Amino acid sequence: MGIILRSQAELEKIHRAGLIVWDVLTALRDMIRPGMTTMDLERFAERRTAEHSARPAFKGYRGYPCVLCTSINQEVIHGIPSATRKLREGDIISLDFGVEAEGYYADAAVTVPVGAIRPELEKLLRVTRESLDHAIEKMRQGNRLSDVSAAVQTWVEQHGFSVVREFVGHAIGTKMHEDLQLPNYGSPGHGPRLLEGLVLAIEPMVNAGRPEVKMLDDKWTAVTADSSYSAHFEHTVAVTANGPRVLTRPREITGPSW
Amino acid sequence: MAKKPDREKKRADPGNPKEDAIEVMATVIEPLPNAMFRVELENKHQVLAHISGKMRKNFIRILAGDKVAVELSPYDLTRGRIVYRYK
Repeated sequence: MGIILRSQAELEKIHRAGLIVWDVLTALRDMIRPGMTTMDLERFAERRTAEHSARPAFKGYRGYPCVLCTSINQEVIHGIPSATRKLREGDIISLDFGVEAEGYYADAAVTVPVGAIRPELEKLLRVTRESLDHAIEKMRQGNRLSDVSAAVQTWVEQHGFSVVREFVGHAIGTKMHEDLQLPNYGSPGHGPRLLEGLVLAIEPMVNAGRPEVKMLDDKWTAVTADSSYSAHFEHTVAVTANGPRVLTRPREITGPSW
Repeated sequence: MAKKPDREKKRADPGNPKEDAIEVMATVIEPLPNAMFRVELENKHQVLAHISGKMRKNFIRILAGDKVAVELSPYDLTRGRIVYRYK
């Protein structure tokens, strides 16, 4: 219960888990081709995680059957990989992945185009990724939690898209979902102040159409209610004395979040 | 993996001055007049606590021995506000 702040040593552990997440996601991103099935991606992620001797965080979490979430087009999040689901040219696919290593969790997601996509979809991906950039920028001591939420909402709605309300980002550390929750909407200036050592998984989920989502019968996959396309980007981010620190990518990489 | 928000954990409206409070567990020792209670915190300190407006509005009754969540103001640690009664 309550907000947990992490020490420098703990941040390094989360970062080590985060580098594995980064390695798996960037490898997946680079191998995406039309004709692959989402199960191919799942198998790859599973193998690659085993090579790092880390434990996939999603498999078994509340009964989730896979290590990876693959959400195509109008699927918002938590799509379950399937051997019959083939990627087609022009699709967008969100890859959401997390691991536990040395007792610490890291969680990230990226939405990837399959081949060439329509310009509207490129804009959807760009705006969603930028909303994550803006949110990360707010991860500074003295800001309040809802400043981060508001940064996402403002940027997304400015561009004519909408943010999903039914799911939230979350504090992360020794559990995948810790107590603090981070909606992607809200007015700034509310909620607890951000302190050094706070670690959040920030994950804007952005629909091209209306914000409503519905659940499929598999009890996991969330799809947009109006069947518009949806994008999802995520990083695990810490508040430090020197500003925001993205824990799910190598230190050398700066600039845009994905 | 995104989280489904837990609704039940919703606290007093964030953004008002009450939100800087420290929340701790406590046990009610005795009821006092005017909807005040003497409660014992987990650290054995006894403080005088009143019932939050939201609980009062919803007629949450509190008896001696109940486990409650108490918010303490950082400015006056001898007084608190009961914000939740555990079942």
